[in-house]
Amino acid sequence: MILNRRQVLLLLPAAAAAWEFVLAGEPEAAPNYNMSEHWWGMLLDITKCIGCGSCVRACAMENDVPDGYFRTWVERYHVSDWHLENPQVDSPKGGKDGFPPAETAGGKNFFVPKLCNHCADSPCTQVCPVGATFGTPDGVTLIDYDYCLGCRYCIQACPYGCRFFHPTRHTADKCTLCYHRITKGLTTACCEACPTGARQLADLKNPKDPIHDFLKTHTVQVLKPNLATGAKVFYNGLDGSVR
Amino acid sequence: MSKFRDSAHLLRVAAVFILGTLAFVALRAAVVPKSFGRYGPFRGDALATITSHPIAYAGHGTCEACHPDVQETKAKGVHARVNCESCHGPLAKHTEDPGSVIPVLPEVASLCVRCHSQNSAKPVGFPQVDAKEHSLGQPCNTCHKPHSPGFDEGGKK
Repeated sequence: MILNRRQVLLLLPAAAAAWEFVLAGEPEAAPNYNMSEHWWGMLLDITKCIGCGSCVRACAMENDVPDGYFRTWVERYHVSDWHLENPQVDSPKGGKDGFPPAETAGGKNFFVPKLCNHCADSPCTQVCPVGATFGTPDGVTLIDYDYCLGCRYCIQACPYGCRFFHPTRHTADKCTLCYHRITKGLTTACCEACPTGARQLADLKNPKDPIHDFLKTHTVQVLKPNLATGAKVFYNGLDGSVR
Repeated sequence: MSKFRDSAHLLRVAAVFILGTLAFVALRAAVVPKSFGRYGPFRGDALATITSHPIAYAGHGTCEACHPDVQETKAKGVHARVNCESCHGPLAKHTEDPGSVIPVLPEVASLCVRCHSQNSAKPVGFPQVDAKEHSLGQPCNTCHKPHSPGFDEGGKK
């Protein structure tokens, strides 16, 4: 086929318009939310946590978490002296109703709030046989409840014990980092309810997020760093006894 | 005699291969969800399901838009950074329909001790009391105003 000059001149803008359409791609799930601009994590400040359980209650109410199951929970650690490998840990009702006064006198006592670490290289997504657990481009690990078979592999794979089997939905379940909230510009329910600021949602891709100043000036740690899961829940003042 | 007299066999194999490929492509198109791969190696519509979950906590920004007086009182005191719904509970329904959904005032007797009861695991410096000894049975708001709990204007004792 030989094109004359007129035909080429007509085809070029058409091709340019088609290429624009290809580049534009598919629309995003939330209208004003651009996934590629975020990389979510959380900051937990142990030096501020008072174990009031507001986060556990807020999470349950926001996400309809069934009673006795937890997407987030609070643990109380007691370390007597140098026995870092054998701390006494209790978490009555996940800390939902707060904590009674400690029975063990002396030593070191502190609270550790826990939730899904939203690992960048999560073990749970790797074991799912149907691809129902996945990491989103903005760094949140989520579950496709319609495709989850309920085989429980992911529950065993999570080294942090953050997953549970939903008793009525019969799928795996866990923290979504309140994905329905953070994609609309709100913070998570637990962070909203925390009275001391011990929990702070962090957008690691946003240069204006105060998390960057905090991480540069504090000794922070993630849980089980030896597993190289790329955990994005950072703990300030984390004791070596915390498992 | 033709040079490729067995070509019929090759054609049959080719036909089976092409049919198999077509069947695979057709089956794949039917089974794989349309939104698979839209954002990554997962079903894109799952995100729409997750993000459609209703919001229970409206966020303190929404509260402050209608209650700036409370925000002003709070800002002067030690409870400046305690968000409204931390004590008042989830109130997104109230923000959608402020006229008919009236929030219930939290019960002071159980509310304050949630945070301020004595516990050795709490950070040193956090105000904690033995409620019975401290108030002698009086409700906390006899002396303390919850939005600014200190005794003087600055909110500090």
